[in-house]
Amino acid sequence: MAGTLLATSVSNPFTAYIFAANEPDKSKPWYGIGIDIEKCIGCGNCAKACKAENDVPKEPFFFRSWVEQYTIKNDGSLKVQSPNGGIDGQTQDIHEDEIFKTFFVPKMCNHCEKSPCVQVCPVGATFESPEGVVLVDEKYCIGCRYCIQACPYGCRYLHPEKKTADKCTLCYHRLKKGLNPACFEVCPTGARIYGDLHDKDGVMHKFLKEHNCHVLKPNLNTGSKLFYNGLNAEVR
Amino acid sequence: MPPQLKTLLPLLVVFICLFLLARHFLIPESFGKYGHYRANSLDEIATLPTHYVGKAVCADCHDEEAAKLASDLHKGLTCEVCHGPGSLHIEDQEKGILVKPGSREFCGTCHSLNPARRTEVIHQIDIKTHNIERVNCIDCHNPHAVWEMKE
Repeated sequence: MAGTLLATSVSNPFTAYIFAANEPDKSKPWYGIGIDIEKCIGCGNCAKACKAENDVPKEPFFFRSWVEQYTIKNDGSLKVQSPNGGIDGQTQDIHEDEIFKTFFVPKMCNHCEKSPCVQVCPVGATFESPEGVVLVDEKYCIGCRYCIQACPYGCRYLHPEKKTADKCTLCYHRLKKGLNPACFEVCPTGARIYGDLHDKDGVMHKFLKEHNCHVLKPNLNTGSKLFYNGLNAEVR
Repeated sequence: MPPQLKTLLPLLVVFICLFLLARHFLIPESFGKYGHYRANSLDEIATLPTHYVGKAVCADCHDEEAAKLASDLHKGLTCEVCHGPGSLHIEDQEKGILVKPGSREFCGTCHSLNPARRTEVIHQIDIKTHNIERVNCIDCHNPHAVWEMKE
Protein backbone atom coordinates (compact mmCIF):
# COMPACT_ATOMS: atom_id res chain seq x y z
CA MET A 1 0.00 0.00 0.00
CA ALA A 2 2.63 2.47 1.07
CA GLY A 3 4.76 1.32 -1.82
CA THR A 4 1.95 1.93 -4.31
CA LEU A 5 1.29 5.36 -2.84
CA LEU A 6 4.95 6.24 -3.08
CA ALA A 7 5.14 4.89 -6.63
CA THR A 8 2.11 6.91 -7.82
CA SER A 9 3.27 10.02 -6.03
CA VAL A 10 6.50 9.78 -8.00
CA SER A 11 5.15 8.47 -11.29
CA ASN A 12 2.21 10.86 -11.74
CA PRO A 13 4.23 14.07 -11.54
CA PHE A 14 6.86 12.31 -13.64
CA THR A 15 4.28 11.56 -16.34
CA ALA A 16 2.92 15.08 -16.07
CA TYR A 17 6.25 16.81 -16.43
CA ILE A 18 8.08 14.48 -18.79
CA PHE A 19 5.22 13.59 -21.14
CA ALA A 20 3.12 16.74 -20.61
CA ALA A 21 0.24 14.35 -19.97
CA ASN A 22 -2.50 15.12 -17.48
CA GLU A 23 -4.19 12.53 -15.35
CA PRO A 24 -7.35 11.25 -17.05
CA ASP A 25 -10.44 12.79 -15.51
CA LYS A 26 -12.50 9.79 -14.43
CA SER A 27 -15.75 11.76 -14.56
CA LYS A 28 -15.28 12.47 -18.27
CA PRO A 29 -15.05 10.03 -21.17
CA TRP A 30 -11.56 9.04 -22.25
CA TYR A 31 -11.84 8.54 -25.97
CA GLY A 32 -10.20 5.74 -27.88
CA ILE A 33 -10.56 4.80 -31.54
CA GLY A 34 -10.80 1.37 -33.13
CA ILE A 35 -10.24 0.74 -36.85
CA ASP A 36 -10.95 -2.65 -38.42
CA ILE A 37 -8.60 -2.97 -41.40
CA GLU A 38 -10.44 -6.07 -42.59
CA LYS A 39 -13.63 -4.05 -43.05
CA CYS A 40 -12.05 -1.02 -44.74
CA ILE A 41 -12.85 -0.84 -48.47
CA GLY A 42 -10.72 2.23 -49.15
CA CYS A 43 -13.58 4.35 -50.48
CA GLY A 44 -12.08 7.51 -48.99
CA ASN A 45 -15.38 8.79 -47.63
CA CYS A 46 -13.72 9.42 -44.28
CA ALA A 47 -11.05 11.62 -45.84
CA LYS A 48 -13.64 13.47 -47.92
CA ALA A 49 -15.99 14.05 -44.99
CA CYS A 50 -13.11 15.21 -42.79
CA LYS A 51 -12.17 17.88 -45.31
CA ALA A 52 -15.78 19.04 -45.68
CA GLU A 53 -16.54 19.08 -41.96
CA ASN A 54 -13.37 20.79 -40.80
CA ASP A 55 -12.72 23.14 -43.74
CA VAL A 56 -9.36 21.53 -44.46
CA PRO A 57 -7.67 23.05 -47.56
CA LYS A 58 -8.63 21.10 -50.69
CA GLU A 59 -5.04 20.78 -52.00
CA PRO A 60 -3.91 17.15 -52.02
CA PHE A 61 -1.25 17.58 -49.35
CA PHE A 62 -3.31 18.76 -46.39
CA PHE A 63 -5.06 15.93 -44.59
CA ARG A 64 -6.38 15.30 -41.12
CA SER A 65 -7.55 11.86 -42.15
CA TRP A 66 -6.54 9.80 -45.19
CA VAL A 67 -6.46 6.24 -46.51
CA GLU A 68 -3.34 4.39 -47.65
CA GLN A 69 -3.30 1.31 -49.84
CA TYR A 70 -0.53 -1.15 -49.02
CA THR A 71 0.52 -3.70 -51.62
CA ILE A 72 3.05 -6.41 -50.86
CA LYS A 73 4.30 -8.08 -54.04
CA ASN A 74 5.32 -11.70 -54.35
CA ASP A 75 8.99 -10.66 -54.40
CA GLY A 76 8.50 -9.03 -50.98
CA SER A 77 8.65 -5.42 -52.15
CA LEU A 78 6.18 -3.00 -50.64
CA LYS A 79 4.21 -0.25 -52.33
CA VAL A 80 2.21 2.33 -50.41
CA GLN A 81 -0.06 4.71 -52.27
CA SER A 82 -2.58 7.32 -51.29
CA PRO A 83 -3.64 9.37 -54.34
CA ASN A 84 -5.25 12.55 -52.99
CA GLY A 85 -5.56 10.84 -49.62
CA GLY A 86 -7.87 8.25 -51.17
CA ILE A 87 -10.64 10.84 -51.67
CA ASP A 88 -11.15 10.02 -55.37
CA GLY A 89 -11.03 6.28 -54.71
CA GLN A 90 -8.12 3.89 -54.99
CA THR A 91 -6.87 2.05 -58.06
CA GLN A 92 -4.54 -0.91 -58.26
CA ASP A 93 -2.07 -0.86 -61.16
CA ILE A 94 -0.14 -3.97 -60.10
CA HIS A 95 -1.37 -7.16 -61.74
CA GLU A 96 -3.29 -9.47 -59.45
CA ASP A 97 -0.90 -12.38 -60.06
CA GLU A 98 2.03 -10.35 -58.72
CA ILE A 99 0.27 -9.40 -55.48
CA PHE A 100 1.01 -11.34 -52.34
CA LYS A 101 -1.17 -9.23 -50.11
CA THR A 102 -2.96 -5.92 -50.31
CA PHE A 103 -5.08 -3.92 -47.85
CA PHE A 104 -6.15 -0.42 -46.88
CA VAL A 105 -5.03 1.44 -43.78
CA PRO A 106 -7.04 4.52 -42.79
CA LYS A 107 -4.83 6.98 -40.97
CA MET A 108 -5.68 9.77 -38.60
CA CYS A 109 -4.36 11.33 -35.39
CA ASN A 110 -3.64 8.63 -32.78
CA HIS A 111 -4.57 10.99 -29.92
CA CYS A 112 -1.59 9.72 -27.94
CA GLU A 113 -1.68 9.75 -24.19
CA LYS A 114 1.98 10.81 -24.05
CA SER A 115 1.92 12.85 -27.24
CA PRO A 116 5.28 13.83 -28.66
CA CYS A 117 3.61 16.84 -30.28
CA VAL A 118 2.31 18.13 -26.94
CA GLN A 119 5.69 17.65 -25.29
CA VAL A 120 7.57 19.77 -27.83
CA CYS A 121 5.15 22.72 -28.04
CA PRO A 122 7.08 25.70 -26.65
CA VAL A 123 4.01 27.82 -25.86
CA GLY A 124 1.39 25.32 -24.65
CA ALA A 125 -0.73 25.76 -27.77
CA THR A 126 -1.22 22.06 -28.30
CA PHE A 127 -2.59 20.02 -25.46
CA GLU A 128 -4.55 17.01 -24.41
CA SER A 129 -8.14 17.83 -23.46
CA PRO A 130 -9.69 16.26 -20.32
CA GLU A 131 -11.33 13.75 -22.72
CA GLY A 132 -7.95 12.62 -24.06
CA VAL A 133 -8.31 14.44 -27.38
CA VAL A 134 -5.18 16.20 -28.62
CA LEU A 135 -6.12 19.70 -29.77
CA VAL A 136 -4.46 22.85 -31.10
CA ASP A 137 -5.20 26.31 -29.74
CA GLU A 138 -5.25 28.35 -32.95
CA LYS A 139 -4.98 31.69 -31.18
CA TYR A 140 -1.94 30.64 -29.19
CA CYS A 141 -0.03 28.65 -31.83
CA ILE A 142 2.98 30.53 -33.19
CA GLY A 143 3.41 28.25 -36.20
CA CYS A 144 6.91 27.05 -35.31
CA ARG A 145 6.26 23.57 -36.78
CA TYR A 146 7.98 21.69 -33.92
CA CYS A 147 4.90 19.53 -33.43
CA ILE A 148 4.73 18.69 -37.14
CA GLN A 149 8.27 17.35 -36.93
CA ALA A 150 7.63 15.56 -33.66
CA CYS A 151 4.55 13.60 -34.73
CA PRO A 152 5.77 10.12 -35.67
CA TYR A 153 2.56 9.44 -37.59
CA GLY A 154 2.66 12.48 -39.86
CA CYS A 155 -0.74 13.61 -38.72
CA ARG A 156 -0.12 17.37 -38.61
CA TYR A 157 0.31 20.07 -41.20
CA LEU A 158 0.74 23.82 -41.24
CA HIS A 159 -2.48 25.50 -42.31
CA PRO A 160 -1.57 27.58 -45.40
CA GLU A 161 -3.87 30.50 -44.50
CA LYS A 162 -3.91 30.53 -40.72
CA LYS A 163 -0.19 29.69 -40.51
CA THR A 164 -0.84 27.58 -37.45
CA ALA A 165 -0.48 23.85 -36.90
CA ASP A 166 -3.63 21.94 -37.72
CA LYS A 167 -4.68 18.38 -37.00
CA CYS A 168 -7.53 15.96 -36.36
CA THR A 169 -9.66 17.10 -33.41
CA LEU A 170 -11.70 13.86 -33.34
CA CYS A 171 -14.39 16.38 -34.37
CA TYR A 172 -14.38 17.75 -30.83
CA HIS A 173 -17.09 20.24 -31.84
CA ARG A 174 -19.32 17.31 -32.89
CA LEU A 175 -18.53 15.16 -29.86
CA LYS A 176 -19.55 18.02 -27.58
CA LYS A 177 -22.90 18.30 -29.42
CA GLY A 178 -23.54 14.58 -29.09
CA LEU A 179 -22.78 13.83 -32.75
CA ASN A 180 -20.36 11.26 -34.16
CA PRO A 181 -17.12 12.57 -35.66
CA ALA A 182 -17.54 13.07 -39.43
CA CYS A 183 -15.34 10.16 -40.53
CA PHE A 184 -17.22 7.73 -38.28
CA GLU A 185 -20.55 9.14 -39.48
CA VAL A 186 -19.88 8.40 -43.15
CA CYS A 187 -17.96 5.11 -42.97
CA PRO A 188 -20.13 2.78 -45.09
CA THR A 189 -18.88 -0.51 -43.62
CA GLY A 190 -18.55 0.49 -39.97
CA ALA A 191 -14.82 -0.10 -40.12
CA ARG A 192 -14.18 2.58 -37.51
CA ILE A 193 -15.59 3.00 -34.05
CA TYR A 194 -14.78 5.26 -31.13
CA GLY A 195 -15.79 5.20 -27.52
CA ASP A 196 -14.97 5.74 -23.89
CA LEU A 197 -12.02 3.61 -22.79
CA HIS A 198 -13.10 3.97 -19.12
CA ASP A 199 -16.47 2.36 -19.87
CA LYS A 200 -16.14 -1.34 -19.13
CA ASP A 201 -19.37 -2.13 -21.01
CA GLY A 202 -18.65 0.27 -23.87
CA VAL A 203 -18.01 -0.40 -27.53
CA MET A 204 -14.27 0.14 -27.25
CA HIS A 205 -13.86 -2.51 -24.56
CA LYS A 206 -15.90 -4.90 -26.69
CA PHE A 207 -13.79 -4.07 -29.75
CA LEU A 208 -10.50 -4.57 -27.90
CA LYS A 209 -11.74 -7.79 -26.34
CA GLU A 210 -12.99 -9.37 -29.56
CA HIS A 211 -10.17 -8.34 -31.87
CA ASN A 212 -6.41 -8.67 -31.83
CA CYS A 213 -5.53 -5.03 -31.78
CA HIS A 214 -2.27 -3.27 -32.30
CA VAL A 215 -1.15 0.34 -32.31
CA LEU A 216 1.23 2.00 -34.77
CA LYS A 217 4.88 2.29 -33.67
CA PRO A 218 4.41 0.87 -30.15
CA ASN A 219 8.18 1.06 -29.61
CA LEU A 220 7.93 4.86 -29.40
CA ASN A 221 5.83 4.65 -26.24
CA THR A 222 3.46 7.37 -27.38
CA GLY A 223 0.48 5.77 -25.65
CA SER A 224 -1.52 5.77 -28.88
CA LYS A 225 -5.28 5.45 -28.41
CA LEU A 226 -5.92 4.40 -32.02
CA PHE A 227 -6.20 0.61 -32.12
CA TYR A 228 -6.08 -1.30 -35.40
CA ASN A 229 -7.50 -4.76 -35.90
CA GLY A 230 -5.59 -6.85 -38.42
CA LEU A 231 -2.58 -4.55 -38.60
CA ASN A 232 0.32 -5.94 -40.61
CA ALA A 233 3.90 -5.52 -39.46
CA GLU A 234 4.64 -3.71 -42.74
CA VAL A 235 2.43 -0.76 -41.81
CA ARG A 236 4.37 2.28 -40.65
CA MET B 1 25.71 43.57 3.41
CA PRO B 2 28.25 44.98 0.93
CA PRO B 3 27.23 48.45 -0.30
CA GLN B 4 27.24 47.43 -4.01
CA LEU B 5 24.59 44.78 -3.30
CA LYS B 6 22.54 47.33 -1.37
CA THR B 7 22.38 49.61 -4.40
CA LEU B 8 21.49 46.69 -6.70
CA LEU B 9 18.75 45.38 -4.43
CA PRO B 10 16.07 47.99 -5.38
CA LEU B 11 16.90 47.39 -9.03
CA LEU B 12 16.36 43.66 -8.52
CA VAL B 13 13.04 44.32 -6.80
CA VAL B 14 11.97 46.57 -9.70
CA PHE B 15 12.93 43.86 -12.18
CA ILE B 16 10.97 41.22 -10.30
CA CYS B 17 7.93 43.49 -10.10
CA LEU B 18 8.16 44.26 -13.83
CA PHE B 19 8.43 40.55 -14.56
CA LEU B 20 5.38 39.73 -12.45
CA LEU B 21 3.43 42.59 -14.03
CA ALA B 22 4.33 41.50 -17.55
CA ARG B 23 3.51 37.90 -16.71
CA HIS B 24 0.11 38.97 -15.38
CA PHE B 25 -0.78 40.72 -18.63
CA LEU B 26 0.80 38.22 -21.03
CA ILE B 27 -0.66 34.99 -19.69
CA PRO B 28 -4.21 34.45 -20.96
CA GLU B 29 -7.03 34.44 -18.44
CA SER B 30 -7.85 30.74 -18.42
CA PHE B 31 -4.33 29.40 -18.86
CA GLY B 32 -3.54 26.49 -16.55
CA LYS B 33 -7.09 25.79 -15.43
CA TYR B 34 -6.92 22.16 -16.56
CA GLY B 35 -3.31 21.88 -17.64
CA HIS B 36 -0.57 23.74 -19.47
CA TYR B 37 -2.94 25.31 -21.98
CA ARG B 38 -5.66 27.93 -22.40
CA ALA B 39 -8.86 26.36 -21.06
CA ASN B 40 -11.08 28.74 -23.09
CA SER B 41 -9.78 27.23 -26.32
CA LEU B 42 -11.72 24.07 -25.44
CA ASP B 43 -14.97 26.04 -25.70
CA GLU B 44 -13.79 27.83 -28.83
CA ILE B 45 -13.16 24.50 -30.56
CA ALA B 46 -16.37 22.98 -29.20
CA THR B 47 -18.52 25.77 -30.67
CA LEU B 48 -17.20 25.46 -34.24
CA PRO B 49 -20.02 24.95 -36.77
CA THR B 50 -20.92 21.43 -37.90
CA HIS B 51 -21.59 20.56 -41.53
CA TYR B 52 -22.78 16.95 -41.37
CA VAL B 53 -26.25 16.88 -39.85
CA GLY B 54 -26.97 13.16 -39.56
CA LYS B 55 -29.53 10.69 -40.87
CA ALA B 56 -32.30 11.63 -38.43
CA VAL B 57 -32.37 15.27 -39.57
CA CYS B 58 -32.59 14.25 -43.25
CA ALA B 59 -35.44 11.87 -42.43
CA ASP B 60 -37.48 14.74 -40.96
CA CYS B 61 -38.35 15.88 -44.49
CA HIS B 62 -37.25 13.02 -46.74
CA ASP B 63 -38.94 10.25 -44.78
CA GLU B 64 -39.82 8.16 -47.86
CA GLU B 65 -36.25 7.95 -49.08
CA ALA B 66 -34.97 7.33 -45.57
CA ALA B 67 -37.40 4.45 -45.07
CA LYS B 68 -36.47 2.96 -48.43
CA LEU B 69 -32.77 3.23 -47.64
CA ALA B 70 -33.27 1.54 -44.28
CA SER B 71 -35.04 -1.39 -45.94
CA ASP B 72 -32.19 -2.58 -48.12
CA LEU B 73 -28.47 -3.31 -48.37
CA HIS B 74 -27.43 0.33 -48.16
CA LYS B 75 -29.02 0.68 -44.71
CA GLY B 76 -25.63 1.14 -43.07
CA LEU B 77 -25.07 4.34 -45.03
CA THR B 78 -26.11 7.79 -43.94
CA CYS B 79 -27.60 10.12 -46.58
CA GLU B 80 -24.57 12.36 -46.46
CA VAL B 81 -22.19 9.61 -47.58
CA CYS B 82 -23.34 10.15 -51.17
CA HIS B 83 -25.12 13.51 -51.05
CA GLY B 84 -22.48 15.41 -49.09
CA PRO B 85 -22.82 17.56 -45.96
CA GLY B 86 -26.33 18.91 -45.48
CA SER B 87 -26.02 21.93 -43.18
CA LEU B 88 -26.33 24.51 -46.00
CA HIS B 89 -29.30 22.63 -47.47
CA ILE B 90 -31.11 22.86 -44.14
CA GLU B 91 -30.58 26.60 -43.89
CA ASP B 92 -31.65 27.30 -47.48
CA GLN B 93 -32.93 24.63 -49.84
CA GLU B 94 -32.35 26.78 -52.92
CA LYS B 95 -28.76 27.73 -52.23
CA GLY B 96 -27.63 24.55 -50.53
CA ILE B 97 -28.24 22.16 -53.40
CA LEU B 98 -26.96 18.68 -52.64
CA VAL B 99 -25.30 16.46 -55.20
CA LYS B 100 -27.09 13.43 -56.69
CA PRO B 101 -24.19 11.33 -57.85
CA GLY B 102 -24.61 8.08 -59.73
CA SER B 103 -21.79 7.85 -62.26
CA ARG B 104 -19.67 4.75 -62.71
CA GLU B 105 -16.70 6.55 -61.15
CA PHE B 106 -18.66 7.62 -58.09
CA CYS B 107 -20.18 4.22 -57.34
CA GLY B 108 -16.82 2.72 -58.22
CA THR B 109 -15.10 4.41 -55.29
CA CYS B 110 -16.72 1.68 -53.19
CA HIS B 111 -17.77 -0.98 -55.69
CA SER B 112 -14.98 -1.18 -58.30
CA LEU B 113 -12.86 -4.32 -58.31
CA ASN B 114 -9.85 -4.05 -56.05
CA PRO B 115 -8.02 -7.03 -54.55
CA ALA B 116 -7.63 -5.09 -51.29
CA ARG B 117 -11.41 -5.17 -50.80
CA ARG B 118 -12.83 -8.24 -49.17
CA THR B 119 -15.67 -9.85 -51.08
CA GLU B 120 -17.58 -10.61 -47.87
CA VAL B 121 -17.51 -6.92 -46.93
CA ILE B 122 -18.45 -5.27 -50.23
CA HIS B 123 -20.10 -6.28 -53.49
CA GLN B 124 -17.69 -5.48 -56.32
CA ILE B 125 -18.14 -5.06 -60.04
CA ASP B 126 -15.82 -4.34 -62.94
CA ILE B 127 -17.06 -0.82 -63.74
CA LYS B 128 -15.26 -0.78 -67.11
CA THR B 129 -17.11 -3.77 -68.60
CA HIS B 130 -20.29 -4.27 -66.57
CA ASN B 131 -23.38 -3.56 -68.75
CA ILE B 132 -21.47 -1.04 -70.81
CA GLU B 133 -24.46 0.06 -72.97
CA ARG B 134 -25.81 2.11 -70.08
CA VAL B 135 -23.67 5.07 -69.04
CA ASN B 136 -24.38 5.60 -65.35
CA CYS B 137 -25.04 3.12 -62.56
CA ILE B 138 -28.29 4.87 -61.62
CA ASP B 139 -29.64 4.29 -65.16
CA CYS B 140 -30.43 0.77 -63.95
CA HIS B 141 -29.94 0.68 -60.19
CA ASN B 142 -31.87 2.59 -57.56
CA PRO B 143 -29.24 3.58 -54.98
CA HIS B 144 -31.86 3.83 -52.21
CA ALA B 145 -33.06 0.27 -52.82
CA VAL B 146 -30.17 -1.52 -54.42
CA TRP B 147 -31.92 -4.59 -55.84
CA GLU B 148 -34.75 -2.59 -57.33
CA MET B 149 -33.95 -2.29 -61.04
CA LYS B 150 -35.18 0.56 -63.20
CA GLU B 151 -36.65 -0.21 -66.58
